[in-house]
Amino acid sequence: MSTGRPTARPPHATPTAGPAIEAHGLRKTYGKVTVLDGVDLRVETGNVFSLLGPNGAGKTTTVRILATLTAADAGRARVAGHDVTADRGRVRRAISLTGQFAAVDEKQTGEENLRMMARLSGLSRAASRRRAAELLERFDLTAAGRRLALTYSGGMRRRLDLAAGLVGDPQVVFLDEPTTGLDPRSRQELWQVVRDLADRGTTVFLTTQYLDEADRLADRVAVMDAGRMVAEGTAAQLKAQVGGHRLDVVFTDRAAYARHEQRAVHRSPESLTLGLPTDGTALEVRALLDDLDPERRDVSRFSLHTTTLDDVFLSLTRTGTASRQEPTHV
Amino acid sequence: MSETSGAGRLLTPALTMTGRCVRLSRRDVDAVVTSMMLPVMLMLVFVYFFGGAINTGTEYVNYVVPGILVLCSAFGSSGTAVRVSEDMKGGIIDRFRSLDVGGTSILAGHVVASTARNVFSTALVLSVGLVIGFRPSASAAGWLAAAGILLAFLVALSWLSAAVGLMARTPEAASGFTFFMMFLPYPSSAFVPVETMPSWLHGFADHQPVTPLIESLRGLLHDEPVGTAPWTALAWCGAILAVAVALSGVLFRVRTR
Repeated sequence: MSTGRPTARPPHATPTAGPAIEAHGLRKTYGKVTVLDGVDLRVETGNVFSLLGPNGAGKTTTVRILATLTAADAGRARVAGHDVTADRGRVRRAISLTGQFAAVDEKQTGEENLRMMARLSGLSRAASRRRAAELLERFDLTAAGRRLALTYSGGMRRRLDLAAGLVGDPQVVFLDEPTTGLDPRSRQELWQVVRDLADRGTTVFLTTQYLDEADRLADRVAVMDAGRMVAEGTAAQLKAQVGGHRLDVVFTDRAAYARHEQRAVHRSPESLTLGLPTDGTALEVRALLDDLDPERRDVSRFSLHTTTLDDVFLSLTRTGTASRQEPTHV
Repeated sequence: MSETSGAGRLLTPALTMTGRCVRLSRRDVDAVVTSMMLPVMLMLVFVYFFGGAINTGTEYVNYVVPGILVLCSAFGSSGTAVRVSEDMKGGIIDRFRSLDVGGTSILAGHVVASTARNVFSTALVLSVGLVIGFRPSASAAGWLAAAGILLAFLVALSWLSAAVGLMARTPEAASGFTFFMMFLPYPSSAFVPVETMPSWLHGFADHQPVTPLIESLRGLLHDEPVGTAPWTALAWCGAILAVAVALSGVLFRVRTR
């Protein structure tokens, strides 16, 4: 498969059937640090895909490789039907990237920023003016259009940034932690923008540290940890993978807590509480309690919760933290 | 959507980037004022404080103003390093790259804006010079030649400065280049004749790029024989520009890998 395959598709056709993003075995090291250790992923056209992971998991590097800004050491990727290394120009014309740092000039007005981006993406002067006005309207920035971006609030600046990414009507939009640092209201507004994009058939690739964000927006979620994909599926599938429900058990003493700590997906040493995955049926909950505490003296109370993506996330990315915690309780 | 076509497609990115940089410069009043104030202050200091003690065989103001003009250009255009470095630090460079705007267009925008900015500030510094007694006696051709050489220097140095901006890890580090360029005119004939310096400095002072530039300006503006100085100055500018363009091309690729 490593031979350069000729594409059957004409260069600018919208690839309706194939995946919008496809990557195989992406690797990247910086010096001695392995940032990506063989990443595979596939995002269908028109989907909202969310890449979840703790800081340093490799999310931004993945996005930068897919957006042609960084070259992978190994592996290959196609975005919007084009190879990210061999066909970089075509990929760039089909995508937009909104990164963690605002990519607008503070000392230009919102309108000037958008017109500049429109000119750079190949629109004529008149078309650029129209496009800027259109985007300001769509992102509720018309009133602020003639003010320097310097005077914008965090949420406004992020919207302008996003608008600037959309001047060229990209087929695939990459959003790298789009809501980090925003207040709850601005986050809601940004979520709406992502939903609108999805309604228009745009493929959205979104990285986030917030699980509720992925849960609300994404058709599919992938979890990344230490440069590897550790899970992929719909939010519901991922939750089902760790049981669908979580039984929180409060132990009577620290020794009992420590005995069962290994199997938990959620831990709270202060309150001696462990969360365990379960399907939530009476049969299984009863069996689980019997298994944990056959003598009926270790468990004082329990409660049952629907699994959240947080549980999924913690159970999947816990390896590092669990091994660090172990010795203290032996 | 209507798209620009043909030659416009090649030039539009560079012109758009130039428009951006000019707009940003216009709004960065502090930097423009600083790049003018410093040469003006130095001019006043040299003419009124030190000038009386310096014997150059002419009115000192007539001797020093061409040097100040070069210092002003050097200082002003080296500020481009900071601007380029700021661009590289922010997210905007990724946005430009994801729009497939090449490094050359991005840097050319900075260089053109820097040149425009410095033509403006150099003209203002010159007019202050005229107010305090600078009396050039150049012919129209002399003025034109002087302006041309200074322009070549501005373009070359702005591009070199852009390369330094790509090299610097932070805008603060890039601003170090401003200092270097500001001091480069001192060991030259800008303020005092080279012969008055210790002999070990002559080699450097006589052969560094700033000296032939100042000699040409001084000669042209006072309608005196300039010998080969203008050609040496232009050769320096050409060489600096060639190195800067090549270097910045490589650096841009390295920095954005």
